[in-house]
Amino acid sequence: MNNLEFSLLVGMCSLAAGFLGALTGLGGGVVLIPLLTVLFHVDIRYAIGASLVSVIGTSSGAAAAYVKEGFTNIRIGMFLEIATTLGALLGAFVALTVPTAAIAIIFGVVLLYSAYLSGRPQPVVAEGGSPDPLATRLRMNGTYPSLDGPRSYYVRRVPAGFSLMFGAGTLSGLLGIGSGAVKVLAMDQAMKIPFKVSTTTSNFMIGVTAAASAGVYLNRGYVDPGLAMPVTLGVLAGALVGSRVLARTRTGRLRLVFSAVIVLLALEMLYKGIAGRI
Amino acid sequence: MARSEWTDRRVETIVGHLLRAGVTVAALVMLAGGVIFLVRHGTDVPNYRAFRGEPSDLRTVRGIVRGAAHLRGRATIQLGLLLLIATPIARVAFSIFGFAEEKDGMYVIFTGIVLAILLYSLVGTA
Repeated sequence: MNNLEFSLLVGMCSLAAGFLGALTGLGGGVVLIPLLTVLFHVDIRYAIGASLVSVIGTSSGAAAAYVKEGFTNIRIGMFLEIATTLGALLGAFVALTVPTAAIAIIFGVVLLYSAYLSGRPQPVVAEGGSPDPLATRLRMNGTYPSLDGPRSYYVRRVPAGFSLMFGAGTLSGLLGIGSGAVKVLAMDQAMKIPFKVSTTTSNFMIGVTAAASAGVYLNRGYVDPGLAMPVTLGVLAGALVGSRVLARTRTGRLRLVFSAVIVLLALEMLYKGIAGRI
Repeated sequence: MARSEWTDRRVETIVGHLLRAGVTVAALVMLAGGVIFLVRHGTDVPNYRAFRGEPSDLRTVRGIVRGAAHLRGRATIQLGLLLLIATPIARVAFSIFGFAEEKDGMYVIFTGIVLAILLYSLVGTA
């Protein structure tokens, strides 16, 4: 396979990954890295470098549309980005030292967990209640638009959310994925932020988090232009189309199919990691 | 409060434009680099199976800019990737001005910390 054929094939797979990632809200990175390593026999370090850059693209592109709607809470995002960027730096440095087999195994476990999260029904977050002193001092409480006008919400358990975000950042830096699932978990479950606010704010944070580890990957020679070009352009185009289609599609069954694909890829990654064939 | 909310909305709108412009320009530069690369090396056979790491002129900001100035395909792609990485960094930098205008010193500091981490990653880890 020469460069032209490789670019076209990888570009088309990335387009599909970006499209499905946007439709299901799981992001393109989770399928892209196993796809590149299992199908195209790309070294996992190159795959992580390329995926990470594409994550920045999709997050920034989607965030551009989200900020206008008024759900994104910039203060929550910025404060938690201290945790995610520090975690991302740590993750990137750890990735430079641990064997690739270990990365593949961790990746497999995270994939299985993402599939589980996406297959589970959306938990209902109890809103209202009394304000939390720390969140109030950090000016995190806000409002979001609803049909009956702006609704206010209070943020809770800031330290727990901050710690979970550090973990999300570390995973993002180690595996080259957005780890949006862990970010939403931290904001939904720990900090009790309304779902629409947490998903858009999480998306806003993913690009900044990925940029923190992308610098390390670039400087250490993990980002190959011949691979990153078709991956990034493909994922970007796919995500763009996906977000357009999203508004008029019911994604229940699609999420299920996508979750099944993720489980298969996860098992393949685990097998390869344990057998030391990666 | 009303003024602060108004500033918030305005800052968010500008941030939205900034992000979209950054991604668009980065994608176009990457596409141009990709065309140059494939015209010159389209029939070469790639090998990503073994990890070798990129040469230094495709890893550092200085090397990438120099290569792109000579219209080298791979360096031009890297320049596009660099612009993509710079987009969220520019967003964070811009947020500092937004918070400063609202006289929110605490968030100027928080945002400054995030910006410092990002810049360290990009230029301090070579």
